[in-house]
Amino acid sequence: MSAPQRRTDIGPPHYKDFLPPVIQKNYGDWKYHEVLNAGVMVHVANSGDKIWSVRVASPRLLSTDTIRDMADMAEKYCGGYIRFTTRNNVEFLVSDEKNLTPLQNELKAKKYMMGGIGSRISNIVHTQGWVHCHSACTDASGLVKVLMDEFADYFTTKETPNKVRLAVACCVNMCGAVHCSDIAVVAIHRKVPVVVDHDKVKNMCEVPSTIAACPTGAISPDPAKKSVKVNADKCMYCGNCFTVCPPMEIHDPENDGVAIVVGGKVGNLRSNPKFSKLAVPFIKNNPPRWPEVVTVVKKILDAYLADAKKHERVGEWIERIGWEKFFKVTGLPFTFQHIDDFTIARETFRTAATFKW
Amino acid sequence: MPKKYETPLLDELEKGPFPSFVTEIKKAAARSDMAADELGQLEKSYRDKRGYWKHGGIVGVRGYGSGIIGRYSSLREQFPNVANFHTVRINSTSAFFYTSQFLKEMCDIWDQYGSGLTNLHGSTGDLVLLGTNTENLEPIFAEFSSRGWDLGGSGSAMRTLSCCVGPARCEWSNINTLDINYNLTQEFQDEMHRPAFPYKFKIKTAGCAVDCIASIARADLSIIGTWKGKIAVDQSEVANYAKKGMNITEEIVNMCPTKCMSYDGSKLTINDADCNRCMHCIAKMTKALKPTGEKGATILMGSKAPFVIGATLSWVIVPFMKLEEPYDELKDLIRKMWEFWDEHGKNRERIGELVIRKGMREFLEFIGVEPVPQQVKEPRRDPFFFWTEADLQK
Repeated sequence: MSAPQRRTDIGPPHYKDFLPPVIQKNYGDWKYHEVLNAGVMVHVANSGDKIWSVRVASPRLLSTDTIRDMADMAEKYCGGYIRFTTRNNVEFLVSDEKNLTPLQNELKAKKYMMGGIGSRISNIVHTQGWVHCHSACTDASGLVKVLMDEFADYFTTKETPNKVRLAVACCVNMCGAVHCSDIAVVAIHRKVPVVVDHDKVKNMCEVPSTIAACPTGAISPDPAKKSVKVNADKCMYCGNCFTVCPPMEIHDPENDGVAIVVGGKVGNLRSNPKFSKLAVPFIKNNPPRWPEVVTVVKKILDAYLADAKKHERVGEWIERIGWEKFFKVTGLPFTFQHIDDFTIARETFRTAATFKW
Repeated sequence: MPKKYETPLLDELEKGPFPSFVTEIKKAAARSDMAADELGQLEKSYRDKRGYWKHGGIVGVRGYGSGIIGRYSSLREQFPNVANFHTVRINSTSAFFYTSQFLKEMCDIWDQYGSGLTNLHGSTGDLVLLGTNTENLEPIFAEFSSRGWDLGGSGSAMRTLSCCVGPARCEWSNINTLDINYNLTQEFQDEMHRPAFPYKFKIKTAGCAVDCIASIARADLSIIGTWKGKIAVDQSEVANYAKKGMNITEEIVNMCPTKCMSYDGSKLTINDADCNRCMHCIAKMTKALKPTGEKGATILMGSKAPFVIGATLSWVIVPFMKLEEPYDELKDLIRKMWEFWDEHGKNRERIGELVIRKGMREFLEFIGVEPVPQQVKEPRRDPFFFWTEADLQK
């Protein structure tokens, strides 16, 4: 069987071809929306037309079997229309109200997890991990699974003071907005990269770009070996050199693990977008279920739930109570690793005599 | 029948209420040799606490330099069916709307030529087909492109654009996010498929400052919808929110960052001159409050993850731009940014890093944008600054 005629530079198809008729009709003319429950919201247009969105969780990594099953349900209840969210949830777009209950019944029967809408924990943005990435120092999918298992009730029913956006990055390259999440897990190395075979560097790597890849200027040429050397005192184990020059081996199962960062957000509501900041510098990788990571994330979440005002995001709550109080109420130790010594260190030092004791 | 691996560690991740990625891999592994070896290798990663994938090498489809990411197992003897296990990035639709018909066609092609595993979606927003070997790449591309689908970006190219749900299903959108996303994608096809930049370039479009697409945190060019007019107040809907139990003083008035609102128990008053358009009140009282007047977008640049100088959030270059088809002003701005980057950028230097290195003045002068207070949080504090000969003549 010969392949069909290929075409280039056509770009994706026009988005209008994928919008349900009710959306085409009311495009840009929506009046309001209401969250009916954790898994269902309705958008109402100025014309009075309505569209219901039924949201279900997805592990992001989907087999064709599951996609076909979702497509079948979209055909049965949604005229074939379905969308995905930025956080990898699936939304069934229901135009006819009488399909709403049968769809939810079928989803429930098939054990799909409905929820994630409103002030809750939605799906976890994450990266590729050991499933398919060269630079991963933990498995993102596994961490997502164990965290969402733990917090499933906050996806399906229970509310939080405001949205809690979780993220997992399997290395500091951070594909996804991990650096601006309420609570995020980011995998890190802790040992200097080792060049085992200098001939490989000679053959595989561009020395100037390897040197330029280092944020701390720790890499310099090694002319005798036609290779590079690393100043161990300067290295912060980011692993960028490994991406540029694979013989700079940095993986170390015993010393790789994850850090926990907190308090970031991307929205402008109330306070400006914020970066996440370091809460826990290191937890060992303990697959398959990383119990120590789950415990720490739960500890942070519980402290937030107990003390935050309605509509406060994690970062806003911490800013109100102060970082000294954050470490006190969570019981997390404050260490040298928490004090910045990278490019913006000076900006993070406290230049006031105002504390909460 | 594909090889069946014992996976005691991964089996632990099939327990619990959240849908399991292991179950997904197992479904595909029941009929695909590639997915079976993926599962086997992943179990070994869980046992050894390390990954076994290698990157690099040049793989792709004829005429394109991006869209396919080469991936190789470092345990090819043990897992021969994933010796080559490349990623195919398909450019997704604006705001990720699909039809069941397309999804089923996609599944048929992918079962025939690949592992049967996908990511819906990758972090940048591609429809990711996860794992196939080199000889399948051309047939996969032919199957998709003949049906009207194209590859996304990878490497030092414009990456697949993404946007929030916008006017398709949201009352807050100030701009046509889906159309901007589609239009720019079509305009810059060459920049997407044939990498010619110093490094990657991402564009994300959000309809309002809620920023559901996280454009301010992960796009070299962030487009965020905003408005200039007043917030219209429907007092009867305000009363309804109060009746339903909302504490308007606590939840709305006291949480306003500019303290521009007051509520006397029956009437909500907004001093619009003080409003900074953060979206808190509108998001919480969507039935009662509506932005009015001129709509447009704030154009920001430079956000990225930590490599190399530390993570950045996007910063403002143009505080307000009208965005209407054919978006010429925006396209001109993008082209000028690329020209500056092309002229001064080093290999693997993101445009934001370049602007930090060269200074905002040189960049703004090059792209023809005047300095305005909205570009900074505050003016500089130190007394060290440049004067040009031309400045001295002023």
